[in-house]
Amino acid sequence: MSTTNPAKPKKQMTGAEALIKCLENFGVEYIFGLSGGAAIPIFDALVGSRIKLVLVRHEQGATHIADGYARATGKPGVVLVTSGPGATNTVTGIMTAHMDSVPMIVLTGQTISPMLGKDAFQESDIFGITMPVVKHSYLVRNTNDIPRIIKEAFHITNTGRPGPILIDLPKDITSAPFTGNSLNPPMDLPGYHVPDKGRLTDIKKIAKLFNESSRPLLLIGHGAVLSRAGDAIKKLAYKLQAPVTNTLLGKGEFPETDPLSLGMLGMHGTAYANKALTRCDLICSIGSRWDDRINGNPPKFCPGAKKIHIDIDAAEMGKIVQPDACCVGDARLVVEELLKYVKPHDTKNWLKELDGYRQQYPLKFETKGGLTAQYVLHELQEIIQGKAIVTTDVGQHQMWSAQFNLSTEGRKWISSGGAGTMGFGFPAAIGAQFGRPNDLVVAVVGDGGFQMTLAELSTLYNSKLPVKVLIIDNKYLGMVRQWQELFFDNRLSGVDLEGNPDFVKLAEAYRIKGVHIGHVHECRAKLKEAIDHPGPVVIHAEVIKEDNVFPMVPAGKSADEMIIEAPSKDKKLEKPTGST
Amino acid sequence: MAQKSDKRKDIHTVSMLVANKPGVLVRCAQVFARRGFNIDALVVSASVNPKFSRMTITATGDPGTLEQIVKQTSKLIDVIHCGEHTRKDSIDREYALIKIKSGSPASKAAIRKLVKSRAHVLDENNGAIIVGQTGTTEELDSLEESLKKFGIIEMVRSGKLVMAKGKEPT
Repeated sequence: MSTTNPAKPKKQMTGAEALIKCLENFGVEYIFGLSGGAAIPIFDALVGSRIKLVLVRHEQGATHIADGYARATGKPGVVLVTSGPGATNTVTGIMTAHMDSVPMIVLTGQTISPMLGKDAFQESDIFGITMPVVKHSYLVRNTNDIPRIIKEAFHITNTGRPGPILIDLPKDITSAPFTGNSLNPPMDLPGYHVPDKGRLTDIKKIAKLFNESSRPLLLIGHGAVLSRAGDAIKKLAYKLQAPVTNTLLGKGEFPETDPLSLGMLGMHGTAYANKALTRCDLICSIGSRWDDRINGNPPKFCPGAKKIHIDIDAAEMGKIVQPDACCVGDARLVVEELLKYVKPHDTKNWLKELDGYRQQYPLKFETKGGLTAQYVLHELQEIIQGKAIVTTDVGQHQMWSAQFNLSTEGRKWISSGGAGTMGFGFPAAIGAQFGRPNDLVVAVVGDGGFQMTLAELSTLYNSKLPVKVLIIDNKYLGMVRQWQELFFDNRLSGVDLEGNPDFVKLAEAYRIKGVHIGHVHECRAKLKEAIDHPGPVVIHAEVIKEDNVFPMVPAGKSADEMIIEAPSKDKKLEKPTGST
Repeated sequence: MAQKSDKRKDIHTVSMLVANKPGVLVRCAQVFARRGFNIDALVVSASVNPKFSRMTITATGDPGTLEQIVKQTSKLIDVIHCGEHTRKDSIDREYALIKIKSGSPASKAAIRKLVKSRAHVLDENNGAIIVGQTGTTEELDSLEESLKKFGIIEMVRSGKLVMAKGKEPT
């Protein structure tokens, strides 16, 4: 053990060396990145550092890997890229993290300060470009500011409502000698305040509404996962005997296998969760933002129910739903306090009514007529039994996976919710596996999304991580095809993925094991073989081409207008009025 | 005029104390733009503490959206404080410079007479008179209206400055 004070800089340090030292002091294990001219001083400072550099093949991949790492561990993911295109390639990943409140620090190299704004080679105004999609950002103007900025970035990114931070580092700033006194200077954030346990008067008002309700419903969102509110929510649900539903990103914080769980609600949620929305007399959102996937028509949302909103972000209050009572604070702390004021409930009739819906409208799928995505995902669930970390891409497979892969713990379901970023699932799985090397990690992806970031197969091979990639291949951009079939007279346009590669051969070209599944009868055994393989595997499941996700609440509609199962072919559905 | 006063109902004045750093103005303006609020006037000035600047934004839009804008602006790390102000809790003033054609000696005299009680003549040159005045938005609107008949060449207005009444900080 060294006895030197890590806060005291050694002599003759460059700005880049001070930067890396600060990252080490914050316990950063990995940096995900791709080098380039303006970032060379920073990559140089990484030589000999205890931080492991993971070299990706495209900067977008680095951001999604960092995102998966952050969601799986709760620690911020760190990305390092160069200026210009290197920096702009991170924008999708930053926006993805921003939409889903993920802690991430993106370090971008930049041209030298005197050339800023003069169209220098590989100059992009990444500070300006990313402004709407970051929680905060810095353009470093002074080498000696680096330790303060890094300290502020780590504080901001993972407190309150987490979000990505971008730090743009001109090459002259990282090359210049660091002459500051400390690597641990005070922060200067007079405008940043983190809400914690919330106001007691608000909590008492919420408790009063609960105590007056007879058909309460708890809605669990990502905020509950981020604050690890699960235990408190379990106590609350049991004390109130309240059914629990979750958003796509809230999966697992309250176990979906619990008898009180209705599973996911919303556009492709369970019919019984959506029925509960139409019938509850109180709905309490814990860390969700009443997003348009669960609330397509705000004026008709939960008619007759009192709305309660618990969220750490004051700007969410009244944004979509005007709450009858609300509390700005950390989900776990607020719920723990709330527990003291709510009374045990008798909700037998309410739970019985919901059980009726559960019997009447179970999730179901065809087992005849070829291999369906639902069948593959159902079989996967049977094998992993909630033990794996599941990441997904975006589209039909994501919704089926959300329906059939029941989560029993927070941070075991990683999916791009707000942004709906195709190409997210595979790199996010690599990041999750870096963060939790002893867990089984399965990426469920579509054939469309996988091809957007498959270059990271090299990163996977190099890392020797045992990530399992399950490609649900229907040779379509399936969700768009579903919309075109249902709402646009089946006029298919821009959805046929003819020309897909042979994914098994593709995996093998990257020296990764490939497994093909084409039939129902071989599905379980082949899946099991792949999951049990000690190294990385790409599983190519060729499923029937034309299948639709149900239930479906068309965009812009309310839960009572849900389509529970496939409508007859001649039934014409009106075009949705809501967003995508 | 009736139309103008109807419009005024949806005009809001927001004051914020922000970190005195590059980029802060863009971050704040983005919140307004994304919600479709047109910024009618904007004043950025020094505050007593050189670390912070004062921004006063006058913008048009519905009150519900404004509430969201205030919340989202408050969320910005570089914003120390952000709030809407009304005449009940604050005073506001702005400044106008108006350039008028001076024309014939008779019209010059008429301008001077009109201006005498309501504004200051700041310059007379090459057939143009520049008058200046401080006042509430309504007072300056009315001054503009009464000068129209002489032919206004151009006008520059500062935008509102706002300060909270009493000991409350703005």
